[in-house]
Amino acid sequence: MDYEQFGSPVMARILPKKDVVIIGLGWTGSVMANELTDEGLDVIAIERGPWRDAPTDFPPSQMQDELRYRIRHELFLRPDQLTFTLRNKLDQQALPMRDWGAFMPPNGVGGGGVHWNAEMWRFLPSDFVLKTHLTQRYGADFLPADMTIQDWGITYDELEPYYDRFEYLCGTSGTAGNLRGQIMEGGNPFEGPRSRDYPTKAQAQPFSHTLFAKAARELGYKPFPQPSGNLSTAYTNPLGLRMGPCTYCGFCEWFGCSNYSKASPQTTILPVLVRKDNFTARDNSEVVKINTDRSGKHATGVTFVDSSGEAWEQPADLVILSAFSMFNAQLMLHSGIGQPYDPKTGEGRIGRNFTHQTISSVNGFFDKTKFNFNPFIGSGSIGMCIDEFNGDNFDHGPLGFVGGGYVGQVQTGARPIESALTPPGTPKWGAAWKTAIKDNYLSTVKPGTGVHGSFYAYRDIYLDLDPLYKDRFGRPLMRMTIDIKDNEAKQNRYLTDKFADIIKAMGATSLAKTYRTAPYDATTYQTTHLNGGVIMGADPKTSAVNRYLQSWDVSNLFVLGASAFPQNAGYNPTLTVGALAYWAADAIRNQYLKKPGPLVDA
Amino acid sequence: MEARSGPLFSRRSLLLSTAALLISTSSRSTARTIAGALPWEPNGGNPPVAAKLGPWEFFSVDEGRAMEALADRIIPPDAQTPGGKDAGSAVFVDRQLAGGYGAQEGHYVRPPFIKGMKNQGAQSEGGPRKEYRDGLAALDKACKAREGGKSFADLTDDRKDAVLKNIEDGKLELEGVDGKSFFALAIKDVQTGFLADPIYGGNRDMAAWKMIGYPGARYNYLDWVGRHNEPYPLPPVSMIGRAEWTTNNSGAR
Repeated sequence: MDYEQFGSPVMARILPKKDVVIIGLGWTGSVMANELTDEGLDVIAIERGPWRDAPTDFPPSQMQDELRYRIRHELFLRPDQLTFTLRNKLDQQALPMRDWGAFMPPNGVGGGGVHWNAEMWRFLPSDFVLKTHLTQRYGADFLPADMTIQDWGITYDELEPYYDRFEYLCGTSGTAGNLRGQIMEGGNPFEGPRSRDYPTKAQAQPFSHTLFAKAARELGYKPFPQPSGNLSTAYTNPLGLRMGPCTYCGFCEWFGCSNYSKASPQTTILPVLVRKDNFTARDNSEVVKINTDRSGKHATGVTFVDSSGEAWEQPADLVILSAFSMFNAQLMLHSGIGQPYDPKTGEGRIGRNFTHQTISSVNGFFDKTKFNFNPFIGSGSIGMCIDEFNGDNFDHGPLGFVGGGYVGQVQTGARPIESALTPPGTPKWGAAWKTAIKDNYLSTVKPGTGVHGSFYAYRDIYLDLDPLYKDRFGRPLMRMTIDIKDNEAKQNRYLTDKFADIIKAMGATSLAKTYRTAPYDATTYQTTHLNGGVIMGADPKTSAVNRYLQSWDVSNLFVLGASAFPQNAGYNPTLTVGALAYWAADAIRNQYLKKPGPLVDA
Repeated sequence: MEARSGPLFSRRSLLLSTAALLISTSSRSTARTIAGALPWEPNGGNPPVAAKLGPWEFFSVDEGRAMEALADRIIPPDAQTPGGKDAGSAVFVDRQLAGGYGAQEGHYVRPPFIKGMKNQGAQSEGGPRKEYRDGLAALDKACKAREGGKSFADLTDDRKDAVLKNIEDGKLELEGVDGKSFFALAIKDVQTGFLADPIYGGNRDMAAWKMIGYPGARYNYLDWVGRHNEPYPLPPVSMIGRAEWTTNNSGAR
């Protein structure tokens, strides 16, 4: 099948026109569909993967299957459907990721919301004005010459009401640290002011997480429970959907929740959305192109291919691109919307400021006669954290780097294939290995993404189309050019050492400390927090979408998701992604629909 | 293992295979239009497919012997816990190789296959089936040449360990095969089978889970999240239950 032919009237059958077509029915697509159907618009969502739900895809009789879901990636996008090529530097040959390693992109209805951990972090106020803030505090010369960080074009205060909306949609469990400017005991004292408390109290914490908090407190830090979309108590959300309390089963990260306890489109939006007369979804149908008219400035709809290989054209007045971040960039490039970024000149809109997360961890091995952690008890966003080393919460002047992250004991359980660990120096096989896993399984602390650092943007870290490798339709794969720069390596070393001090203070007898170093490695998991490529901003020269996530090039196209992040902060992205979706929906409902056209003059 | 050849296990296997057939012809993988209600179908689930008892599905008899010998050195038996062979790790690897893992199901397998940097990920055209086929043959060949004509499985445990240590350290090169990476793959797969749910053929009778203290496929620790530093009292359970749940055996664990 030749993808160049998609979109031609001969090949694609044309469906009746809709008001809105939504590409991808994950978190942002679901939020937007619900908002725009409330506005009375006729909305269709087209999703690449299958419909998924707890009773059929992740019931409690089969979800506790580490091999199937974690090791073999069953709920994720499979690379044979679509993958990426990777290189570290401009002069290298990029090669395809034939199986997942560093990250695992979602597929299907609910998107990553099905199998995420549900950490619900707000970014810091300074994160949204990063370039301005760092330049004012440290001077422009303090930043590496090739660093291309930018302000977002939106402030924390503007986004706060939408953070609040997404938190209440999800029933978020947490302890407020800053309530309308007042610092609250037990919460994160560094967070931006929140207009009201969390909808539900923080989750209970198992032994090792509690012990981490105690050690951190004794070292002078202010530990607090990680804000969680796995709920501490039963909750009814503003749409009237009910969620149950989390049972701490330890199968959250990379698994679907059988228990209706984890916030997802399935638990918080879809049962309401799907019952509306003006909403339709198509599953197992992949959008291959956003169609534009001859001017190239107006989208006419999309072309998609269903599971039988048949191409269809769905005309619409408004197009919402809400696929996973990198696929947003890819579809923009495949559709010829927006000038592709060129790292040599620094010009172009699509593909710039691609970022990930800078992750490392420290495993602690404890005396089994004194410590029994029952490490299998956990939830996706359980944990006690400190935020002293995030963003610009600490003075970077003497340190020679910028950025930071939270650190914490955020262990999500102890599925045995990945969590039967041995102390450093143990042979990898044989009787010594066997004895060591027996002696250590219950008394090991394995935080996972314990050091969760920012990843700032650089001139030569970007996305473009691969010149060699193709997908199943014959379209070029997306090529990632990405590396760990000195700034991020320094940041990670500093944070990892601070984190190790706390694990040691918990009473560990030995530590396994791993720093994140160059080159960027496709084979070890680091989170699926991939960002940028279709970034938001105030300047159309250096951003692809305006502050309302509206394309500078095509005004009836909005692009939602972490693709909009100009760089990544030291937090998990989803709450900010959800808040931005509500923010964009508000702009469409209250500004765009009244007067279609650019909401910001270019 | 006897417990699972009983009526319960057979009935479950039948149910599972029927379900698998239904799934392949149902609408779950084909495009649908969804409107008005959540798309529910009775018995629309997608349960795991259990490894079947019986002869090797991927390995030849010689390969199976070598794999069992390898599994028993990677995880040697001791007085309390069976080794890799009796725990079913070789069976696990065999069934995985015969299935989707061996076939590189879901992987991107389009050419060209260009050798790259390690951090760009594996670029193997043949996948795990070829790696095992070539690796086990090369292992036996190397042993026969150096160990008095004996294949790997016929060596003493000490000699087996010495051979494996030399491969691990890069001191013994296998012909036509990257011995070091083959052994690393075997270690990973044997240990995975040892620690995975017994439904896949390894971790027989939950031997590994009992050994480390993992309670298995449970779903609710609400009563235990706040009980710190206390041993969890319940025995493990797997997706195929526990031996004493079947009606036709002695009930011994």
